[in-house]
Amino acid sequence: MRHRSLLILTTVLTTGALTLTACGSRDDDKKGSDTSSGNQTVVIGVDAPLTGDLSALGLGIKNSADLAAKTANKDKTVPGITFEVQPLDDQAQPSVGQQNATKFIDNKKVLGVVGPLNSGVSQSMQKPLNDAGLTQISPANTGTELTQGDNWKTGDKKRPFKTYFRTATTDQIQGAFAAKYLYNNAKIKQVYLIDDQKPYGAGLAASFKATFTGLGGKIAGSDHVNPDDRDFNAVVTKVKKSGAKAVYYGGEYPAGAPLSQQLKDSVQIPLMGGDGMYSADFIKLNKKAQGDIATSVGKPVEELESAKTFIANYKTAGYKDAYEAYGGGTYDATWAIIEAVKAVVAANDGKLPDDSRAKVLEAVSKVSFEGVTGPVSFDEYGDTTNTMMTAYQVDGGKWASKLSEAYKP
Amino acid sequence: MHELPQQLANGLILGAMYGLIAIGYTMVYGIIQLINFAHGEIFMIGGFGALTVYLWMPAGSNLLAIVPLMIIGGVICSVAISVAAERFAYRPLRTAPRLAPLITAIGLSLALQQAIWKWYPNATKDRPFPQFKGEAFDVFGAHIQRGDLFVLIAAPVCMIALGLFVSKTRSGRGMQATSQDPDTAKLMGINTDRIIVMAFAIGAAFAAVAAVAYGLKNGQIGFKMGFIMGLKAFTAAVLGGIGNIYGAMLGGVVLGVAESLATGYMSDVPGMDLFGGGAWKDVWAFVLLIVVLLLRPQGLLGERVADRA
Repeated sequence: MRHRSLLILTTVLTTGALTLTACGSRDDDKKGSDTSSGNQTVVIGVDAPLTGDLSALGLGIKNSADLAAKTANKDKTVPGITFEVQPLDDQAQPSVGQQNATKFIDNKKVLGVVGPLNSGVSQSMQKPLNDAGLTQISPANTGTELTQGDNWKTGDKKRPFKTYFRTATTDQIQGAFAAKYLYNNAKIKQVYLIDDQKPYGAGLAASFKATFTGLGGKIAGSDHVNPDDRDFNAVVTKVKKSGAKAVYYGGEYPAGAPLSQQLKDSVQIPLMGGDGMYSADFIKLNKKAQGDIATSVGKPVEELESAKTFIANYKTAGYKDAYEAYGGGTYDATWAIIEAVKAVVAANDGKLPDDSRAKVLEAVSKVSFEGVTGPVSFDEYGDTTNTMMTAYQVDGGKWASKLSEAYKP
Repeated sequence: MHELPQQLANGLILGAMYGLIAIGYTMVYGIIQLINFAHGEIFMIGGFGALTVYLWMPAGSNLLAIVPLMIIGGVICSVAISVAAERFAYRPLRTAPRLAPLITAIGLSLALQQAIWKWYPNATKDRPFPQFKGEAFDVFGAHIQRGDLFVLIAAPVCMIALGLFVSKTRSGRGMQATSQDPDTAKLMGINTDRIIVMAFAIGAAFAAVAAVAYGLKNGQIGFKMGFIMGLKAFTAAVLGGIGNIYGAMLGGVVLGVAESLATGYMSDVPGMDLFGGGAWKDVWAFVLLIVVLLLRPQGLLGERVADRA
C-alpha cells in the first residue's frame, strides 16, 4: 500500500514536472523566432516583485517600464525597432530573481533588464547577467556594494560586475542624507536605530549611524527585527525606555507601518526610513503615520518640469496601480536601454548587429539624456551621476516634500 | 526594570493569540494524530472573512457594534473551509500512511494561500483592517491598547467555553473518548466521523477569533500571515503538550512571554549583547522549546503516551 502510493506520487510529480518544462521551452522557442526582416523586436526584461507585500512598488516599476517602451514605439524613437516588455515576478526573493535572470538570458531578444527592486535580489542576478553580458539597470537598488564592491567602506572601490547600472543613489548617500536632515533640519539629536537585517535595511542603518554620530548625534540604542513580523511591541517598549526622540528604521513599509503605529501607541516620536518606506501604502496601513519621515531618491516627480509628460502619459495609459517611488527612475532606466539600442542601431545601418548585447552594454555606459528625474548618465562604477535626494514627511495622510538637495559627501 | 509589566503584557497578548490558534492544532492532533499544517491558513481565511463583513457594513458604523458580526463572518469562513478540507482532503486518507495526510496538509496550505492571493480583491498586498480609536488603558504600569483588550477577553472566554464543552456535554465526552481510543469509542456508539468534523470546526472557529484579534491589533492582514503565526502556534501546542487543550493555551502564553522578554532583556545579560533583541527572539523561543522537550518530552501539560510523537 505504502509503496504503491509512493509510486503514484512520484509518477504524478515527474509527469507534472516534464509537462511544465515542455510548456516553458515551447514558449521560449516562439519568442526566439522571426529574426531579421523589416521590423525587429527588442525585448526589455523587467524583474520586480509583482505579488506579495512589496507589490505596490513592484507594479509601479512594471507599469513605468511598459510606458517607456510604448512611448518609444509610438514616437518611433528607434526606426525599425519595436520594443516589448517582458515582466517577471521575483516575489522579492533572491532565488526567484536568479531564475528570472536565466529566463532573460535564454531569450535572445532581451537586450536589457530593468530591475529588480531589492538589493538582495540583485545580488543573485548580477553574476548570471554579467556572464551573459546582458545589461541590467536597477531603478531601486541602493546597496552600495552592488556597484563598488564589498570593500567600499575601506575606500577600496572596485566595480564587481560590468553589466550592472542603476538610476538610484546608494544607501551610503541616502543614509547620510537622512542623518543630516534629522540632525540639522528636524533638530533631533537622539535616535533609536532598528533594521530588518536585509541587505537594504542593514546598509541604510549602518550609513545613517556613521553620519549621525559623526555630526554629534547620539544613538540611544539599536535592535533588529524580522521583516515578516507584525508585532513589535517588545521592541517599542525598549525604545520608550531608551528615551530616544526618533526611530530610524532601515527596512520597508510592510513592517514599517505596524512598527510606526505601535511606536505611537506608546510614545509620540516619529519613525524615519528610506525609500522603501516612501510608499502611499505605508500611510494606508498605518493610522498613526502623521509626522513620519522618509527619504527618497531624486526630486519629487510631481515637482519636476521634466516629469510632467511622464505623469500625464501614465494617467492617460490608465494603469491600475500608482507609479509609486520608483516610477520615474524606472522610466529613465528603461529609456537608457532604448537610447543605447538607438545608438547601436544607428551605427549599424538601421539594423541590430549580431552581438547586440555587447554593443548595447557599451552604449549604455555612454548614454546621457534628460530623463524624468533629471540628467541621466552613469559613472565608472555604473552609479547614477544624479545624487539628488528628497526628504518627505507625512502630513494629513500624504507624503509632503520637505527638502531636496544634491548630496555631496 | 520598570517596563517589565509592559513587556509581560506584550507577551501575554501575543501569547493569547498563539494559544487560540494552537487549540486547532492540538484538538485535531489529539483525535486523529494529524498535524494540520493548513491551520495557519484557516486562521488567515478567518481574517479575510471578518474583513469582508466589515467592508459590507455601511461606512462610519460603530466598530464595537460590528465586531461581533465580523467574528461571525470570520468563523463561518474558517469553519466552512476547515470542514471542507476535512471532508475532501483528509477523510479519504484516513487509512493511508501518516505521511500522506501530512503532505496533503502542506499542499492545502499553499493552495489556500494562493487562492486568497488570486481571488480576494487586492489581496496581493497587505489589506488595512479596522481598529478601535482612542487612547490606551493603563493597567499596573502597562499600556494596553483597545484592540489588545479584545484578545485578553476573548481568549479566556473561549477557553472556559471549550473546557465546559469538553467536560460537560455529551459530544465533548465523546470527543475525549475518541481521542483515547477511536475504535472502542465507535463500538460504544459514538459517531467518530462527526466528532472529528467537530474538532476541525472548533479549532477553525478559535482561529477566526484569533484572526480578528490579529487584525484589530496590527491594523492589517495579508495572505501570508498564516505561515508565521501557524508555525508559532504549532510550537505553542507542542510546548504545552500536544493533544491537551489547556496545554495549548499555556504553551502559547509561555511562548509569547518568552519572546517578549528575550527581546527586552536578553541583550542586558552580560556577554549576551550580540544575541538579544527582536532578531533573536525566535531563537530563544525555540531554545526554550528544546529545553522543555528535553526535560518533559510530553510537553508542559501533556500525558506520557508511548506511541505518540
